[in-house]
Formats: sequence, structure tokens, C-alpha cells
Amino acid sequence: MARKAKRSGPSPKAAAGRPRSTKKAAPEGARRIRGEAPFVSGAQAIDATLAQRVLDKALERGGHFADLYFEYRRSASLSMEDGKVRTAGGGIDMGMGVRVVVGSAVGYAYAESLEPEEMMRAAETASQIAKAGAAVAPVAIRSRRVKSVYPVLDEVVDVEGLARVELLRRADRAARAHDRKIKRVDASLVAVHKEILVVTSDGVMVHDLRPMVRISVSAVARRGKRTEVGSSGGGGRLGLGYFESVTPEAHGQEAARVALLNLDSRPAPAGTMPVVLGPGDSGILLHEAVGHGLEADFNRKRTSNYTDCIGKPVASPLVTVVDDPYIVGSRGSLNVDDEGVVPKEHRLIVDGKLRAYMHDRISAEYFHLRPSGSGRRESFRHVTMPRMTNTLMLAGHDDPQDIIRSVERGVYAVKYSGGQVNISNGDFVFSLTEGYLIEDGKLTAPLKGANLIGNGPEALRTVSMVGHDFQLSDGMWTCGKDGQSVPVGVGMPTVKLDQLTVGGTAV
Amino acid sequence: MSRPRAIEKNLDHLVSIAERSLQRLRELGVDHAEVAVGTGRELEVTVRQGEVELVKEAGSSGLGVRVVHDGRVATSSTTDFRPEALDGFLARVVEMADVSEPDELAAPPEPRELVTTWPELELFDPATDRIRAARAIKLATAGERAALRADPRITTSEGASFGRSSGCSVLATSGGFVGRNAGTYQSLVVQAVADDEGGKKRKGFYWSGGRFFEELEGAAEVGREAASRAVAQLGARKIPTGRYPVVFEKNAARAIVGLVASCVMGDAVYRHRSYLEGRLGDTIASSAVTLIDDPLIPRGPGSRPFDGEGRKVGKIRVVGKGVLRSYLLDTYSARKLGLRPTGSASGGGGVPHSSTSNFYLAPGRVGPEGLLRGVKRGLFVTRMMGFGFDPTTGNFSRGAEGFLIEDGELTQPVGEITVSRNLDELLKGIDKVANDLEHKTSIASPSFRVDEMTIAGS
Repeated sequence: MARKAKRSGPSPKAAAGRPRSTKKAAPEGARRIRGEAPFVSGAQAIDATLAQRVLDKALERGGHFADLYFEYRRSASLSMEDGKVRTAGGGIDMGMGVRVVVGSAVGYAYAESLEPEEMMRAAETASQIAKAGAAVAPVAIRSRRVKSVYPVLDEVVDVEGLARVELLRRADRAARAHDRKIKRVDASLVAVHKEILVVTSDGVMVHDLRPMVRISVSAVARRGKRTEVGSSGGGGRLGLGYFESVTPEAHGQEAARVALLNLDSRPAPAGTMPVVLGPGDSGILLHEAVGHGLEADFNRKRTSNYTDCIGKPVASPLVTVVDDPYIVGSRGSLNVDDEGVVPKEHRLIVDGKLRAYMHDRISAEYFHLRPSGSGRRESFRHVTMPRMTNTLMLAGHDDPQDIIRSVERGVYAVKYSGGQVNISNGDFVFSLTEGYLIEDGKLTAPLKGANLIGNGPEALRTVSMVGHDFQLSDGMWTCGKDGQSVPVGVGMPTVKLDQLTVGGTAV
Repeated sequence: MSRPRAIEKNLDHLVSIAERSLQRLRELGVDHAEVAVGTGRELEVTVRQGEVELVKEAGSSGLGVRVVHDGRVATSSTTDFRPEALDGFLARVVEMADVSEPDELAAPPEPRELVTTWPELELFDPATDRIRAARAIKLATAGERAALRADPRITTSEGASFGRSSGCSVLATSGGFVGRNAGTYQSLVVQAVADDEGGKKRKGFYWSGGRFFEELEGAAEVGREAASRAVAQLGARKIPTGRYPVVFEKNAARAIVGLVASCVMGDAVYRHRSYLEGRLGDTIASSAVTLIDDPLIPRGPGSRPFDGEGRKVGKIRVVGKGVLRSYLLDTYSARKLGLRPTGSASGGGGVPHSSTSNFYLAPGRVGPEGLLRGVKRGLFVTRMMGFGFDPTTGNFSRGAEGFLIEDGELTQPVGEITVSRNLDELLKGIDKVANDLEHKTSIASPSFRVDEMTIAGS
């Protein structure tokens, strides 16, 4: 089945200023945030003794590993339609999941409560995967602290707090003020605090508090009979502090700018031609063209087109791709993965050669490697699997202007609504929402939306220039795999592909 | 067919929770409220290379509420049904409504517009919940084995999965509506892999699913079909860029029908997110095109006895012989557009919004092979990928795979190309619709042919 990444709501990136640097966090500076989850403190707190009892139950019938995943998710959301806050929403979701692993087989169950009887029942259900046999010997559980790369949050997540700052009204006003042709503006704002606690049968107990904020703005422009939509949005693993670096006005103006631009867009060309990918959002290409194919579950199962390719050239020597969980405030960042493993930056492709896959515990065991901290899940209702965090192509040496100048006739691609890949044959698509025709080395007309299609390794072998202008995409990407959605980040510099198929209508 | 006693008892219990919550909200002084309460059970197993990979089993429950107070709206949900926890939760939702701004259109339907009886649609199979993990594993194993043995070119499988789910739900509103519903679903999926030249792999994917277990295709058939789809794609390559007639096989065709559905939603229309805005009564497709939304198909995957606001539901002719006859409207979007609601709301317990039930293109008379007749050189599309559709303009462009049609016959497999055309032109270019409609998914279509589309390839 295909894997997709999609913009949540409208699309991304404020025109003004980069929201964040890609510098690594200074962990020693990060203050510890005390969460409010009932499994952390109070009458329902999970201590090592209780966790051990549930794990013992889970491994009663055998199994070589078990873990517990506790989750407390508080969210608040506002939606504004046509200048009015139409709905306030949000709430609390809480529960815990139990996993029992026997070889590569997984037994899974969950409870939407912290009542000990319900947790024991979930453990019992998950244990059914094991048909009698040796279980691992218990290991004493030790609480482990992880350094945080998420900015410190003092704010409480609630709709009153979101409403007080009038962010949506500011975005709405800025979009309308941009041009009289803007006929309607819709916007939404979501803030989430997700607290997790992972306890494993090999003795790890680790807690993490993951913030997330996201704004989306879309604007409708009308001229005569033509109607077009433009959108903008952003956010990341931060609180409302995000808006100190990117204002809601910037998103409002950006949405309006794109809507107006689209009023003048003309049909995209059809056929194979050079494509210059703009910096930042084009990272979606990496996510689809190489990222998913390097998730180790597909390679363990030998269903990826990158199976058995470690050490082999899979891209142009100009290409180095990393999956980096430690970008401050980025949507895909993680202090610890959902299996309690502290992740590291993975160099996936170095100078065009495939170096590594991304592993969770099961695939790491299969390949006799250490897990790389890539085990992620949507919620306590889901099992973990290898997933990306922030997938990036490192900067090269070319001047972005030279890259555009080098193309006689082609397409300059800037913004996208989403992408998808077929893991098995490596074919990927991504859908262009802002792009320009390049003629004689210059950007000429804006283009109507079109799909770009290519094959992962074949497309990356045609990379002939890499810019020095690395940029992170402002956080709007949600990645879907086997029905589970997780937030991810992408980023890249300006890149030239000598050949890619552009799916427009103009022949 | 009646539902088991235990299910009715559970529904009684959910009704009592919903009514108690409405009572509590009345005491808190809210003008209007809707409460949806549900419980569900699920089992999912995956088998790969004959070994069990996953057994997941769980039960879940949830309560969602929307309150409207002085025209101000708030929504929230919880899984904690303990009375004291619910009381605190409801008080909080009422408080949250202060944050929204008054909207006079936000009120629910008038009590006289709500239904008190509804048809029995056979949505619940008592056999579903009785399928245990061992049986599910057997079915998945049989499906995978059939795929691996079907053809020597099948090299591996990405596994086979069997899943079942059942759910009970109650919707109760301050207007006096109390609706009870229960449903089941099960499916078997097999994914077979064949190795192609250049390290590419070709995956064949096939599934069978339905509300009643007895309606599923045999596991071996599902496996063999997955294998044959993988093998059929071996050697797929691009074709030259150009304009070609295109036949959409029913699985790809329903994706196009889904795009039309997204443009007839009341929400999309009043937000200017539909190229079909302002076009009621216009010819928007060829005369071969009739589109229906029918919530009352017995055992239908998208069937519902009442809508998400407690209104009566019925068959709607959205497009009749090419003419746009109706949008799909919930109360709010109908008021926004000055039209009558069509009973098309879903999302009770949250913000109600327009949605499809069983939405389909009415079948024509020719067999699917009849669509190829007379096509000298064209494309037969079996699968599409990507998101390339803009509902505001109707611009459509997606990745596709399938087969080349030469002189009315399928010849070489085709991949890594895109198909594009504005949806408005595409619908007008549908010149033949086949008779192979099946209600396997809630949005469904028979295969059909479009006179011309742009293919971007080599």
C-alpha cells in the first residue's frame, strides 16, 4: 500500500523570515517541564512496582520483550470562518497500550483508563500472542531522564488562552487587507500537549512532554468568473512562542499572495523536463522518494525497492540525506521515541551511497543492530513501526540563482499539497500548488497545480546541482503509513533534477 | 433481521448515558446540545510468510458533545464515562462555548424536522464479533498462501491481514431525537510482491470486505487476485507524453467519483471550495452520467438509517443525465446557501457537516470490455496515486498505472505517468459507462471511458 504525506489543512511556510534555525538544542539549558498527566503524579501515578506487575502479566505466557505506553493528550482548537470564531474545541484523551513481542510477532491491546484491573486485562489480551515458552527474566526498572529539544512551555493548553491572543483575527485581517479581490478567509489554530511514559521489560522508564502548535489560513480570491484559493500555515513542537518568530499576519498575507498569484496561473506543461526544486518544502520529495523506502520494516520484509542496497549508490554523489530528530521546535523532533529509545541523527545517504535504514526495536533485532530510535506511533491505540522524524538533504555549494539560470525550459517547484510513494517499485508523486515555468533561465509564468512523478533512485541520480541555501519547511506535514498519522519535518536546499515528469495539461 | 439482545442492552445503556448528559446540560442552561455515545470492538491480525506478525484486540468507547449557547458553539469528547467525570467534562464544554462568537445559523433542526422511526438496514452481523484470533489467522494465512502459490514469479508477500470491527452508537439531541444504530465490518487484505528488472518490485494488492462475514470472497480468491495484479505490472514502463482516450477501471473510477462528491458538499459550496458553486440546474457532465447518494441500501458500506442531526434520509439524485440536481446539505450549509437540507449530515456529537452515504455513478449497459472496443490507442488506468486535485478550480492531475490499449486490446503494462484534465471537462468527456458497479466501498463507480486526457510520460 502506498504511503502518503499530506499537509494538514492548507499549506505552509510564511513568506517572511525563517521561523527557526536548524541548530541543535543546548540540552543543558533545557528546563524540565512538569506535566499534568495522572500517570506522572497523584493517586493514579504509575510507579515501577505497578508497571512491573503489568509487564509480568504481559509476559506470563512467554515472550522476549514487552512494553507499556501511557499517553495523556490535551488539545485545544479554534476555527474561524469568514471572520468569526465558529467553534471552540478540544479536550483530553488518555490511555495506555501493552505490547508483547515474540520474535517478530506482536500482541497488542490497550485500555482507555489507568484502572489497574483494565491495564491487567489489556496485558492479558496482549499476552495471547505467546503460546507458552520462555519469557525474559525481569530487569529492575530504572527511571531515565532525557534532555529536551522542545522549547520550555509554561502555558496551559486551553481555548481561552488561544482566544485571548486573537491570532486568528490577526491572520484574517491581514489576508483581507492584502487585496480587495480576497473574498473569504478561513483559519484554524490547534495546540496540543502530549505527555507519554514508556516502561519496558528491559528496565527503561522514560517520560516526555511533547508540545505542538499549528495554524492554517486559507484565502479565496475572485476576479470576474475565476476563483482561486491560496493557503499558508506553520507551527511545530512549540507553544504559542512560535508566533514570536512568524506572525499570524505573515500567514494571512502569504495565503492571500498565493490566491492572487493563482488568478494568473496558466496550465502546467506535460512531459519529462528539468525541474528545480525550491528550498524548504521540496523536502517532501526526499520523504517520498527515499525516506519511506528506507524504513527498515519494508527492508526486513524485502518489499522495498531499496532492499539489499546498503553500501550501494542510490543517488547522485551530490546527495546526502539525514533523518534528524533534534531540530529545535521542528514538527518531527523527538527527545525519545515511542519505544523508549533515545534517537540519534541517522545519515541515510552519504554522497549518494546508502548508509542505513531507520529501525525500530523489531527491525533492529532482525538486522542485529541497535534500534535507531525510529519507533513511532499515532497514539496508545496503535502499534509502533519505523518512521521518519525530520528528513533533510544537506546543503551543497551552488548558488540558487545559478541553478535556475542553468535551465533552458523547465519548472521551478515551490509549494506542495502532499506526496505519496509506492514502496515496492519506488514510484513517487508530489502535488505542486505553487510553481513557475522556467524559460531561458528565468522564472516566467506561474503554473496551475500539477502532479510531478518520478522513481526514487532514478530521480535522485539526476540531481546535478545542490544549492547552499538549506531551508527547513515550516511545520505542516503529517505522514500517513498503514493508517497511522504522525507529524514530520522536511527540509532541503534548492536542487536541480535533470529529469522529472511534470503532469500538466499543456502538451 | 434483529440485533442480538446484548447489543440492544448495550444501546440501552448508551441511551441512558446520553440522556443523563443532555439533562445535565439542560440544568447548565444551554439552549441546544447533541450527544453521541459509542462503543466499539476490534480485532486485527497480520500474517507474513506463514508466521503471525500482529494480533491486536481492543475495545473502546467515546462520548462527543456539541453545545450551542446564545449561538456560540463548542465541541469536545471524552472516554471517561464515570458520572462525576462526565459532569465536570460537560460543565467545561459549556464554559468553552463562551470563546466562540454568536452565529444565528448554528442551531440544530427544529424538533418537528426530526424522525422518530427509521428503516432496518441490516448493518449488524452477529457473526462478526464471534470471529476469534485463531480463525482470523487461518483466513489470513490461507489468503497469503494462495498468493505465494499462484505464480512462480511471486517472490514474497507484504503479508495478509484480517480485521473485524463492530460498533454501537447513540445520538441524542436536545430537540428530542434519540437514534440507535449498530454496525459491523470485516475485511481480508493480501499483498503479493513480484520482482522486476532493475531492483523494482511490483506489488499486487487485493481485498474483500463487507458488513456481513458471509459476503466476503474466499481467502484463496483474494490471494490469487493479489498475485495476478502483481504479476500483471511486471515490465511496466512509461508511454510517450500526449493526449489519449482513457478507460478508468472501476477501482480508479471511484476515485474520480469521490472528487465529484467533494465538490457537491454544502460545506465546500458555501466556502467557495467547489467549482460546482452556483451551477444547480446546469449541465455539468455528459448525459451518460447520473450520480446517486443512497443511504438506504441494505448492508451498504455507507448506509445510515438517519443522519447526524436526526433528520430523515433518502435517495438523492445529485446529477441526472449530466444535469446537477442537488448538493448534499446538512442544516448549517443549507441555511448558508438558502436551500433545503437533504439529510446529509454526519459528525453528530461534533460539528455536523455534509457527507456522502453510498455515493455512486449509476451503471450503464455495456460490460467493462465494451469500453475498450473502438479504442485504437489509449490508456487503461487501474490505480492512481497522489493528491492532485483543486476543488475550487476542478484542476485534476494524478499519478497513474495501468495498461496500454491498442486496437481494443490491453497490451503492455504502464507506470510512472500522470493523467490530467480539468474535472469539469473530464465529466463532460465521459462517453461510456460500464455495468460493473459493486457497492464494495461507500463511494463506488463502474468502469467508464473518457474521450481524451493528457498523459505525461516519456
